[in-house]
Amino acid sequence: MSLFLPGKLGALAAILTAALLAHGQAATADADAVASETATSITLSQALTGLQAGSFQDKEDVIAQLLTLGDERVLPILKALLSGDLSSRENDSQIYMLTESDGTIAATDALTGAVTAGVDKTSYKKITINNKLRGKLRSAIAQLSLAHPDTAVRISAVQELLDHIDPDLVTLLQERRALELDKKVVAFIDIGIAMARINADDKQQRLQSITILSDSNHPEGKRRIIALLEKDPAGKFLETDPEILRAAQQALKDIEARTKLYGFAETVFFGLSLGSVLLLAAIGLAITFGVMGVINMAHGELMMLGAYTTYVVQLLMPNHIDLSLFVAIPAAFLVTGAIGIAIERGVIRLLYGRPLETLLATFGISLILQQLVRSVFSPLNRSVETPSWMSGSWEINSLISITYNRLYILLFALAVFAALVLILKKTRLGLQVRAVSQNRAMARAMGVRSDWVDALTFGLGSGIAGIAGVALSQLTNVGPNLGQDYIIDSFMVVVFGGVGNLWGTLVGAMSLGVINKFMEPWSGAVLAKIIVLAFIILFIQKRPRGLFPQKGRAVEN
Amino acid sequence: MNNILTSGVSALLLTMSFTAPAADTIKVGVLHSLSGTMAISETTLKDTVLMLVEEQNKKGGLLGKKLEAVVVDPASNWPLFAEKTRELISKNKVNVIFGCWTSVSRKSVLPVIEELNGLLFYPVQYEGEESSKNVFYTGAAPNQQAIPAVDYLMKDVGVKRWVLAGTDYVYPRTTNKILESYLKAKGVKDKDIMINYTPFGHADWQSIVSDIKKFGSTGVKTAVVSTINGDANVPFYKELGNQGVSAENIPVVAFSVGEEELSGIDTKPLVGHLAAWNYFMSVNDKANAEFIKKWHAYTKDNKRVTNDPMEATYIGFNMWVKAVTKAGTTATDAVAKAMIGITAPNLTGGMALMNENHHLSKPVLIGEIQENGQFETVWKTDGLVVGDAWSDFLEGSKDIVASWVDPINCGNYNNKTKKCSGQNY
Repeated sequence: MSLFLPGKLGALAAILTAALLAHGQAATADADAVASETATSITLSQALTGLQAGSFQDKEDVIAQLLTLGDERVLPILKALLSGDLSSRENDSQIYMLTESDGTIAATDALTGAVTAGVDKTSYKKITINNKLRGKLRSAIAQLSLAHPDTAVRISAVQELLDHIDPDLVTLLQERRALELDKKVVAFIDIGIAMARINADDKQQRLQSITILSDSNHPEGKRRIIALLEKDPAGKFLETDPEILRAAQQALKDIEARTKLYGFAETVFFGLSLGSVLLLAAIGLAITFGVMGVINMAHGELMMLGAYTTYVVQLLMPNHIDLSLFVAIPAAFLVTGAIGIAIERGVIRLLYGRPLETLLATFGISLILQQLVRSVFSPLNRSVETPSWMSGSWEINSLISITYNRLYILLFALAVFAALVLILKKTRLGLQVRAVSQNRAMARAMGVRSDWVDALTFGLGSGIAGIAGVALSQLTNVGPNLGQDYIIDSFMVVVFGGVGNLWGTLVGAMSLGVINKFMEPWSGAVLAKIIVLAFIILFIQKRPRGLFPQKGRAVEN
Repeated sequence: MNNILTSGVSALLLTMSFTAPAADTIKVGVLHSLSGTMAISETTLKDTVLMLVEEQNKKGGLLGKKLEAVVVDPASNWPLFAEKTRELISKNKVNVIFGCWTSVSRKSVLPVIEELNGLLFYPVQYEGEESSKNVFYTGAAPNQQAIPAVDYLMKDVGVKRWVLAGTDYVYPRTTNKILESYLKAKGVKDKDIMINYTPFGHADWQSIVSDIKKFGSTGVKTAVVSTINGDANVPFYKELGNQGVSAENIPVVAFSVGEEELSGIDTKPLVGHLAAWNYFMSVNDKANAEFIKKWHAYTKDNKRVTNDPMEATYIGFNMWVKAVTKAGTTATDAVAKAMIGITAPNLTGGMALMNENHHLSKPVLIGEIQENGQFETVWKTDGLVVGDAWSDFLEGSKDIVASWVDPINCGNYNNKTKKCSGQNY
């Protein structure tokens, strides 16, 4: 995605330059067109006409011809085609690039660069592309972006080309290398050149190339090394030079060792990330169930309401999606916290000390909340947009990349946990909560308003469920059933970690996440879940109070 | 929702106002979940049937009588589907039922509908291996969706390595079994097929997507054939987008993702991924444009999308109307007999035909997801594909045919032993 934004800016800049130069250059451009017509037998305007009518195969040919034109107007056209902004006007079949800003659409003439603002989108017909064309376009854009002033764009352009290196591209890369000043870009270009040189005549060059490819960890480089080790039907290597063979075998071994290591690191991260989702889902419950002892079956629905709050916030601020989550977090906390307090005051307060009835009542509340959401928002899932800063992944190297949304949610879960621990340990409310949960009668005797504390505690737990819902809206469906998918997991984590112990919830969530992810590759996702559940049942048999049991007199009864 | 409420209320009023002179109306049962997990998909179909009934009544009804819709809510609860079917037929005396979505709900309805000799129109794509005397299947059989999609990927995209990913239940398991033996018959090796099942509503796709990425990084063109069920798709596609798996590298072709599912997803990371259906809302056709217009007017919502099961409901309803007119009665046996050979326009510019195995002949379309949540058709079968009740690619089912005309008159007839299994479905 990062390629995209500078790309769009670049396109705009190019359009502007093209527009400024259009008048002055018109004559020369025409002359060029006439001159090159014999060579390429196509002009830009012919090519644009070709884009409108033809089949996907015709369009592919047109793109290949556009590349040979060497016209600077080509790049923005290709970019617009890739992003689906290239359209033909219905009345005169002229090609325009449509750009949207602040709700109005501007059309830029692809040939002259003249801009018309505030056009009606319905009178333009989009030029369609398919997957194969998208691939071709990306590669074409990369070729044209090799000389882009922005280093990041150049790097992604070279990376894009690495997947399909051919002799023409190698020449192109070598030309660029001679001009390139940035070390990082040169390093990537070298990988590309090495892919070609691995089959060169010079032995030194070949050995060097194997080393470069081995160090790069690039999947295409690995494929080229594997290709060196191919055997004929009789089982003899096709490659005759023993030194090359040895080097290739060593390189492959190195790559595989590194793949394994990074694979392990990746699985640990996946586990922690799953754990962080479990932690978020369970941490509110750790308060209401763990500290207060209320079995709240509507906990999942409170998360669902948090997710719907995110949806509503995004509806209210459609132009500021990137900021919407920062508004949604406090909003969800307040909304679900208030609902939590209402549930506590209205229902649970009357049922303290009767766990079975509490269970049934809260289960009823969960059904009511689900159907309420179905009636208000429709039974269909709602689409919550992902802010741009949460999309994509952080590519550490070719072997390991970490997706931003998971990374942020992991950090967010830990932050929520830390905040909660601080509230319980360092604030007056926390002190009262702990006092009431340990010995209600004594706390009351000391002047603590226990029912007021109960309501606030339940509100706190519910509010945190709402915050978890905001995070979940970035990972999964926002629909009426969201809560049901997480309620069992949440109880599992709290019981496993030890009722009444926040640290137990943290350790429980993270270890369940990691165990699950290590199990998945060899048992499959379905069996992994079953095994984890069976493991917890056995564990509870052995240690009924979980990983970190609460100690003290109050626990005994 | 207001619309659903009002339409539900008006249906109720309709029911009540016509209950006294029951003999003067033809009753149409609607058996779709309006609550629970499946409400998300099935509510739309209930509205579609109500719209079609209303429209037919405007045209003067059927056989000189008005149609009357009887709506029940089986609440996504499979055994309840059987009970509600019994209630519809025995108590409400409906003449036909439009309903069911999941295969398990259909299987639970089957014994009841056969015992009471009712009529069911089933409008959703399914795994095949079934043909009941009392059921008409207007959705796609595997050879009308899965097999053409794989053909397209193999021939037009050049895919040589396959990931078959599905939710762990009967439809994906059977479809993948059929696909696996089809691929092997085409010379694909074991090591080039990866099969993966996940639980319902699976939300954590990190390691599976990472595995798919590794499986697809060998330089050989790889594609994912997804039978992942509704809700699990959103996190799956989100993870694909975030891990940088784009449709150009590893395309995903889905059999359960339609316009309705996409309307709940941020579609930007999905552009270019594929789906195979018999209908897309984006198809440029007069009948389709008219249907969409009516749908928008009926729901009073210009943004409501249409989808494949709606088209299947539309075809099924029109065929039933035609068959009743032809038979001159609503009696099950006569209508079922008249149904075979009936044609009705589909919404993609052709005619659908009901075959003697109670499955339709339909065109197959492959579309790429666009940024606006619609599909762009990139491939289409030349003609109509005849629905195959029993797959030709499964051991034990390739010798079996279904034909509800003489001389076979059996849904499960073995060509080798020349015997009808006796099992009705």
